[in-house]
Amino acid sequence: MLYDGAKVLTGIIIGLAFFLSPFIYNAGKPYKKPEPKLTEKAKKAGECVASKAFMRAWHMQLLDEWRNEAVRNAERYYNPRRLAREMTLDKRLFDQWRHYVSDGTRRYIPETEKIYEKSLENTCFDCHYNKSKFCDECHNYLGVHPYCWNCHIEPEEKK
Amino acid sequence: MITRRKFLKILGTSAIFGIGGKITLELIAPGQLEAQPLSKDKKTQWAIAIDMKKVDDDLLEKCIEACHRYHNVPNIPGPKGLKWIWKEDFEHAFPEQENIYVNEEIEKMHFPLLCNHCDNPPCCRVCPTRATFKREDGIVMMDWHRCIGCRFCMAACPYGSRSFNWGDPRRVMEDPELKRLNPDFPTNRRFPTRTKGVVEKCILCYERIDKGEVPICVETANKIKEGSFIFGNILNPESEIRKILRKRFALRRKPELGTGPNVFYLI
Repeated sequence: MLYDGAKVLTGIIIGLAFFLSPFIYNAGKPYKKPEPKLTEKAKKAGECVASKAFMRAWHMQLLDEWRNEAVRNAERYYNPRRLAREMTLDKRLFDQWRHYVSDGTRRYIPETEKIYEKSLENTCFDCHYNKSKFCDECHNYLGVHPYCWNCHIEPEEKK
Repeated sequence: MITRRKFLKILGTSAIFGIGGKITLELIAPGQLEAQPLSKDKKTQWAIAIDMKKVDDDLLEKCIEACHRYHNVPNIPGPKGLKWIWKEDFEHAFPEQENIYVNEEIEKMHFPLLCNHCDNPPCCRVCPTRATFKREDGIVMMDWHRCIGCRFCMAACPYGSRSFNWGDPRRVMEDPELKRLNPDFPTNRRFPTRTKGVVEKCILCYERIDKGEVPICVETANKIKEGSFIFGNILNPESEIRKILRKRFALRRKPELGTGPNVFYLI
């Protein structure tokens, strides 16, 4: 027999209710998929520095590489050719890419290629000037709070 | 089991190597044990020469404003203020000169002071995170992503070139008193601001140099008065800055400290 059965059971029920409260709170609400919106300029450009799948999965690693290269190695420009061609969400290819960017061979810029400045303000925001509809859409959904914006200035958005 | 005899042997051998540490290392890896190795094959060291005959207060004010606006340096009065380039009189810019009876003209002059992008920067030696470091082209650079705000560099810099963000610089957008002084902050939306707890200073417009442009102070000054700021590679004997330094007498700030400052004041 359970001693103080009523008290223990009440405790368990309260505990369970507390534990399940987020599920109960959100029950019945429709699942809202984050839908980042492209600006007109981004749609028109039709291409980013890398493929959509790559950017979706690895933009943070790319930005991290960019900031180190631009700030610490004076490598200001970025040539996406090889990256764009090779990249999928394949882990093996990503490792290759990591190796590729870390061995420091990407200093040169072939003349025929479109090149990008490694800059959040001047390159990324040039097309994606809708932070609230583009960046925040997924960041808020996933509950991530990158502190890029503490220093880097997002473009002014028309309300 | 380690015997007493064996222990003493190990101790003795270690002591020999310990005493002869430097010699031992020289044998194993010659030339590697330098506290701060000097790069011998350096090709570029950016430097600025400022022609004090062409510079006046008005021009300096315009340079300071251009720099601070370009880099989103807010105007905060008092001891928590920030500065990348500022002006100072002769006595305080060159305290080691110790001239009691100074040329009147020079005594009245205001000198533009900024980071000297030293050959041997003490700030870089003390930075525990290597947030401040010397680039290959000689710029004493700051990586604000890495700065932890320990302010060792501020203590190390003999020129007072560094400022600390005691608060978020963006507070000037809300604080009514500061907003009055900075009505349109951030003034350049294509350059980041800094954040609370980060040290900042002149970075010689590295992002402009990487694009093949000259620093903004140089550009602004030369627009007002051609040849007032001369920017160039001090290691290239054919550069404009070297040519003018061959002709004119120049002062540097506190060269006796051995930091090797790269801002020259043509008197």
